[in-house]
Amino acid sequence: MTKDKKQKNSHLYWNPYFGGFLLGILILFTFYMTGRGLGASGAMKSSVVTIVDTVTHSHAEANEYYSKFLDDNESPMNNWLVFETLGVLIGAFISGGLSNRISWRVQHSPKITSKRRLAFALGGGLLFGLGAQIARGCTSGAALSGMAVLSTGGFITMIAIFGTAFLVAYFFRKNWI
Amino acid sequence: MGPLIPNGVIPYEWSNIIAILIGIAFGFILEASGFSSSRKLAGVFYGYDFAVLKVFFTAALVALIGLLYMDYLGYLDMGSMYVHPTYLWGAIVGGAIMGVGFVAGGFCPGTSLCAVAIGKIDALVYVVGIMIGVFIFSELYVLFQPLYEGAFEGNITLMDSFGINRYWFVFIFTIIAIVIFKLSDMIRKRNKKIFY
Repeated sequence: MTKDKKQKNSHLYWNPYFGGFLLGILILFTFYMTGRGLGASGAMKSSVVTIVDTVTHSHAEANEYYSKFLDDNESPMNNWLVFETLGVLIGAFISGGLSNRISWRVQHSPKITSKRRLAFALGGGLLFGLGAQIARGCTSGAALSGMAVLSTGGFITMIAIFGTAFLVAYFFRKNWI
Repeated sequence: MGPLIPNGVIPYEWSNIIAILIGIAFGFILEASGFSSSRKLAGVFYGYDFAVLKVFFTAALVALIGLLYMDYLGYLDMGSMYVHPTYLWGAIVGGAIMGVGFVAGGFCPGTSLCAVAIGKIDALVYVVGIMIGVFIFSELYVLFQPLYEGAFEGNITLMDSFGINRYWFVFIFTIIAIVIFKLSDMIRKRNKKIFY
């Protein structure tokens, strides 16, 4: 009985309007504090820059893109977004823990193998990482935070992400439905 | 008057601590809304779960209306907010590539981090994928540079682009969001339920 209840609970999420409202308040608070919005892909960029810089410093210095984020006195990891991302991991861990959602697993549709799921996850991540650099931000930094201040670029990025995703969804349907 | 940290109301040293606290709230809200599940996120593209759409647009609207009120009441100067810059082709091409990545992988960067935090191995692989993507972009930066830096229009807003005042935008945007929410409920009722 208790186990049954727990299992049901693990798939009970917040009402989306409630979550959205709180997220909106958080964005508002972030703008009030820092003058800019939230972000997520920035920390991954900082990580890549740091890894490349550690492995081969001269190569990172010579590259025009890495060198934008390198500073002789400061590590690229000493960055607002990196700390924010650490917080995201902690916050999600707390929420998942409270609802018994924490476990090691590969989540996929029963119609596909976990190998296929992982291959598509890797490819999808690669594309998202590439796209987020070209557009200077992901769904959080460019689309969501951009929309909050009515940035034209933010709206265009949002429409491009969701528009393209709807257009190509048909070709990936086997992975999800 | 805000923003508090750039204006020196809160000392800069607090910046990173506030960053962690804001991050914790961000991660908690995303995870509790179900964004650590790729199958829930992908639902929006197949019409069986519209949580992404609802959370995303509600958040954008609340933030937008809230910022206008804070500006109006004098707590915040809208003019000192950071406006995401517009590089027309970068935004379109980058967004399109992200769209394909979204459907293929089922996450965006923020949501994949939430899924990593609760032990999803597919999300961990996705994050590795993102880092490879960033690496490829950086190594081939010379190739991407014209796209990355081209068609720069400045840190413009929709008011600059269309010449309509911002209150009208918020009003129109609100109406559109309500219509989309209603439509999404209708579509979901017609579609086959999917359990995950």
